[in-house]
Amino acid sequence: MDMKASKKKLGLKERYRLMTRDLGWETTYQPKDKVFPYVGYEGIRIHDWDKWEDPFRLTMDSYWKYQAEKERKFYAIIDAHAQNNGHLNLTDARYLSALKIFLQAISPGEYAAHKGFARVGREFPGVGTQVACQMQAIDEIRHAQTQIHAMSNYNRYYNGFHAFADTRDRIWYTSVARSFFDDAMSAGPFEFMIAIGFSFEYVLTNLLFVPFMSGAAYNGDMATVTFGFSAQSDEARHMTLGLECIKFMLEQDPANVPIVQGWIDKWFWRGFRVLGLVSTMMDYMLPKRVMSWREAWNIYGVENGGALFKDLARYGIRPPKGWDDAEQAIDHMSHQFMLGLYQWSFGTAFHSWIPSDDDMDWLSAKYPDTFDKYYRPRWDHIKKLAAAGTPFKNYGLAKLCQTCQLPTVFTEPDDPTLTCHRETAYKGEKYHFCSDGCQHIFENEPEKYIQAWLPMPQLFQDPVKGDLGEWMKWVSLLDGKDNGDYAGSEDQKNFEAWRGLATTNQ
Amino acid sequence: MSTVFIALQTNEDTRPIIEAIELDNPLAVVHREPAMVKIDAPDRLVVRRSTIEDLIGRAFDLQEMHINLITLSGNVVEDDDTLTLSWNS
Repeated sequence: MDMKASKKKLGLKERYRLMTRDLGWETTYQPKDKVFPYVGYEGIRIHDWDKWEDPFRLTMDSYWKYQAEKERKFYAIIDAHAQNNGHLNLTDARYLSALKIFLQAISPGEYAAHKGFARVGREFPGVGTQVACQMQAIDEIRHAQTQIHAMSNYNRYYNGFHAFADTRDRIWYTSVARSFFDDAMSAGPFEFMIAIGFSFEYVLTNLLFVPFMSGAAYNGDMATVTFGFSAQSDEARHMTLGLECIKFMLEQDPANVPIVQGWIDKWFWRGFRVLGLVSTMMDYMLPKRVMSWREAWNIYGVENGGALFKDLARYGIRPPKGWDDAEQAIDHMSHQFMLGLYQWSFGTAFHSWIPSDDDMDWLSAKYPDTFDKYYRPRWDHIKKLAAAGTPFKNYGLAKLCQTCQLPTVFTEPDDPTLTCHRETAYKGEKYHFCSDGCQHIFENEPEKYIQAWLPMPQLFQDPVKGDLGEWMKWVSLLDGKDNGDYAGSEDQKNFEAWRGLATTNQ
Repeated sequence: MSTVFIALQTNEDTRPIIEAIELDNPLAVVHREPAMVKIDAPDRLVVRRSTIEDLIGRAFDLQEMHINLITLSGNVVEDDDTLTLSWNS
């Protein structure tokens, strides 16, 4: 009997050529520059788009197969989490503050990245780049959806999750992440790739996801570990796309080098500021901590970022301009952020708290040069005020940085006792900044940043008109439920009561 | 010298992959962290399909790793037989 020999499977390179390269075509009805009108104005010169290749050589058919597998794994665990009261396995409900910040600020960022990649996938002429951007656009919307879906399980039981879309649009601290993505999306396609693909994904995303997901695993949050790992399995591909794009731009024409360097300087600093809140999450918000922000920075910033920029030096690229200022800030930023969050906690849709004695001892051990000297005395003072029944609240409005939109709570790089403040006059108006990095970014593109929507001026406009109660209604913040100190909150009472029910027969 | 790394989820799928990486990269250092395994190596790390296949006793497509990959660093080169990460090459 004749056996029909099965056709030999195509090799990876051949499959990539057939199923990606061959999808492209030369335009005939319209000249190419009319079909791809946005690819020239940033000054990046590309001579041969075929030189760009996805090192993973992932084709659409394999992409769907593996993504489907990831979704099946994800929903198996999310179902188990919901069916087995997974929320009661948390170490402590304080942990949920980190999740609430994630849902309000980061998940909408995933959606913004989806829109951005869908757009640049259309704007780049190279077919390899188009396909990779299309995959990433689908990944990013999947991340937004799976994150919102996973966290909806917590919304059934806890405060602060119920109005993340309003919070995303209107509350003050989420505008930090939103302005970051708006800034990238309103840039040209090449700058967008450096902003999101390279600076955010390659240089900084490890600092967000890896410790966050390990932290979730350490703190019993199976739902978040699951969406985190499911998203993160796409990130390795995104990081590789980011690195590949930057090498491609640098190899195509030496005139591209100074333009790319300028974007690296800008987007490293933008990303460093946006991810700063992760430092607080790692050092303060995880009841059981994996590693300190300083330790994570040493691995993913100093070691990995150092290796990356050493490798890129062959193209004439140097580390980003703000690199040294970032290093100086590492031992201070989580403490400065948490002190800020605590004093403005009436206006946050998550809880903050005074660290316990144990927590403070851990912080002393992890930050031997800074915590006891600069920050423990402040917490001790705040603790005394709380014990006396006069907790420290700052009802004054924070001065926001025009570029990153964070309150100007940071100190001078070389003097942790002096608040850092910069200002620039432009067309008769005065603009404030938290750092040299943010001031330089503004001064490079003032016409862009003077248009920024800032949450503090919004307070005095319609419909809020300076009224705190009206503002809370407008941002969908339930006073006494979503905000304030964790001690005495509904979340704390409910978690303790339900966990008690789960472990006794009462 | 710079460090390249690859991090994989801790699960049954990745156990033989990690074992194969250890066999093929004598200088690799394996860190077992909560829910993830991070493997560091000086300048270069190679994942070899044939080593994984020897361990699991079936055909393996290196792209299956995408399902359990957490992060990596270094320049990526992949073909049917190997996935290589490197700096400064």
